[in-house]
Amino acid sequence: MRSRGFSGGVHPDYNKKMANSRSIREMPLPDELVVYFSQNLGAPSKPIVKKGDEVKKGQVIGESGGFVSTPVHSPTSGKVVSIEKRPSPVGSDMLAAVIKPDGSDEWAPECDVERGNADLDGEKIKALIHNGGVVGMGGATFPTHVKLSPPPEKKIDLLIINGAECEPYLTADHRVMLERAAEVVDGASLFASVIGVGKVIIAIEKNKPDAIKVMERAIQGKDGFSVASMDVIYPQGAEKQLIYALSRRKVPAGGLPMDVGVLVQNVGTAVAASEAVRYNRPLIKRVVTVTGKGISEPGNIMARVGTKFSDLIEFCGGMDADTMKIINGGPMMGIAQHSLEAGMTKGTSGLVLLTRDEVGQYCSDPCIRCGRCLEVCPMNLNPSHLSIFTERMRFEDAESYNVMDCIECGCCAYVCPSRRPMVHHFRRAKAEIRNRVKKAG
Amino acid sequence: MLSAVIALSVLALLASFGLAIAARVFAVETDPRIELVEEALPGANCGGCGYPGCAGLAKAIVEGKAKVEDCPVGGEETRKAISEIMGISFEGGQVRMVALVNCKGDDQVASKRFFYNGIHDCASAALIFGGDKSCSYGCLGLGTCAEACPFGAIMMLESGLAEVEPDKCTGCGQCVDACPKGIIKMVPAERRLHILCSSHDKGAAARKACKTACIACQKCVKSAPEGSIVMDDFLAVVNYDFDIPYEVAEECPMNTIVVRDPGDDARSGCEEKTAAGGGA
Repeated sequence: MRSRGFSGGVHPDYNKKMANSRSIREMPLPDELVVYFSQNLGAPSKPIVKKGDEVKKGQVIGESGGFVSTPVHSPTSGKVVSIEKRPSPVGSDMLAAVIKPDGSDEWAPECDVERGNADLDGEKIKALIHNGGVVGMGGATFPTHVKLSPPPEKKIDLLIINGAECEPYLTADHRVMLERAAEVVDGASLFASVIGVGKVIIAIEKNKPDAIKVMERAIQGKDGFSVASMDVIYPQGAEKQLIYALSRRKVPAGGLPMDVGVLVQNVGTAVAASEAVRYNRPLIKRVVTVTGKGISEPGNIMARVGTKFSDLIEFCGGMDADTMKIINGGPMMGIAQHSLEAGMTKGTSGLVLLTRDEVGQYCSDPCIRCGRCLEVCPMNLNPSHLSIFTERMRFEDAESYNVMDCIECGCCAYVCPSRRPMVHHFRRAKAEIRNRVKKAG
Repeated sequence: MLSAVIALSVLALLASFGLAIAARVFAVETDPRIELVEEALPGANCGGCGYPGCAGLAKAIVEGKAKVEDCPVGGEETRKAISEIMGISFEGGQVRMVALVNCKGDDQVASKRFFYNGIHDCASAALIFGGDKSCSYGCLGLGTCAEACPFGAIMMLESGLAEVEPDKCTGCGQCVDACPKGIIKMVPAERRLHILCSSHDKGAAARKACKTACIACQKCVKSAPEGSIVMDDFLAVVNYDFDIPYEVAEECPMNTIVVRDPGDDARSGCEEKTAAGGGA
């Protein structure tokens, strides 16, 4: 099998050595948890607790707000101190439940119960995954049960478990595969049984040979399972690129993987699904890589959803005085933070602390039409033209040049000699086009 | 020689005959009023009416799809001229509307949450955590509205605020659409007292973010005629149907309320008189 097949891509410094050999450490309960009611792409959940309520670990605090939505659970037992808007790691301030842990960390009665295999059919598994609040943990936080509900005319014949982890610095998925391989495989077989596929590929970049070995051992005796070692190139782990590399199928513009008969799930999502189905443990914690030159002890931390960034940094020994930029996610696609009071979400895969000498402050210059961005764009777009269109407010032209297909991977900005804020331009164009559609509709 | 002249003459005769018939049969009826109305319109093609330029609006008015007063830019004169062309009786006295930026939090008084060095455009800046201002409602000061104004009526103050010059404003409303924060409102030009804040944050939070924010103390509500200033979710809002006495501005402990003077200084009508400067 050819391991790499998409055009474009870049080779940034991976900087994974800082954290990839550190095993996952469980973080003790912080003094306060900030749990946002919007933990997934799609409709936010509806709060069903109020200030002063006592909650148990795993208790639902926000109900699903629609089909493309998941419930939110309390990450520990304690008291809801307030329900208010708090700074969020991804955008404007968001409504959150501020929970003060009582220290006993006691499960709600219905949670943490081992379930037999007896009545597990597809619908039941899907319901358990939905009730467990499982979302895509690669960062996009798309509700998993929606991905598992393709319309009947879409036949899915390939399941890809995404362990590529192409984003520099991050090692959370790597450690999950090393330490929780059995759960990854179990989650994958649950997904496979829901959508009825026989072929499962676990895709891992070649720079994680130990994970490839461990996963190969874990799938022994599993029919239809295989491990694919992928070339190391960013963005190998992007859904559409991964699908093309493994199956030569092209997801149509504006389409979903299910349109070409593929389902992609992150390794962390597989573990979360396994926990939710086998033990009724909802998604209330995840592995987050805290790394970068700015942190004293880089590592992979198992932390509760809602743990504030300041607490995460403190647990990792505090930060260097020279720290300049703190990014939620990886340096290519992550978002620089302005407040460490924000709490981590189900999609927080890492926290990267960059120091002064690693962060550049650039002024952007006009496009010199060198064409480097065209060479690296994994979606075969024309970033140069798109950025110029946006600059000149020609959003219709940007749309006709398919700006909506941009996956915001940042390869174009990475290679641009004029230091143009390409992704920012495209986000602006996308927002504008979406607004216009909304206004017209 | 002669045969050539005759042949050409016959051809010319036939062609002119054909053209004459075609002109009758395929004649396109255009209402002569469309051209007249278009001439009466300001000709700025600003798009404020929602039609493609003044020609588009002229056609719509004549076809009865748009109203005489749909041009927000043309003043009373324009409306009168169009009414005459259309043979409609003209009712004067329509209020001239101008844009107003409902924020007074410049760089001196409003704090910032982070350092933004991205694209110099409010709509782009608003995509990142809603902008760099601590107040999530405030003017971002990057001039997207000024760029959108076809009449050069919005100036960007050095202190990081946008300000409309009422004399130049034609009320087309392009800036209202351009502002990603939605803080530009159309107000009657004759009104001078404004509450320059859009923050719906509670008092303490609003004050923390901006030293001149409305803190919802309701002092102005109590001193103004009933119904002329109303509270909307922790923000005092002027009801422009009322003519509010300018003394009310002095009540505001945060200097949020201003009385704008139609002075004739360089800033053409934007000199502010706040409580400190004394009401008008």
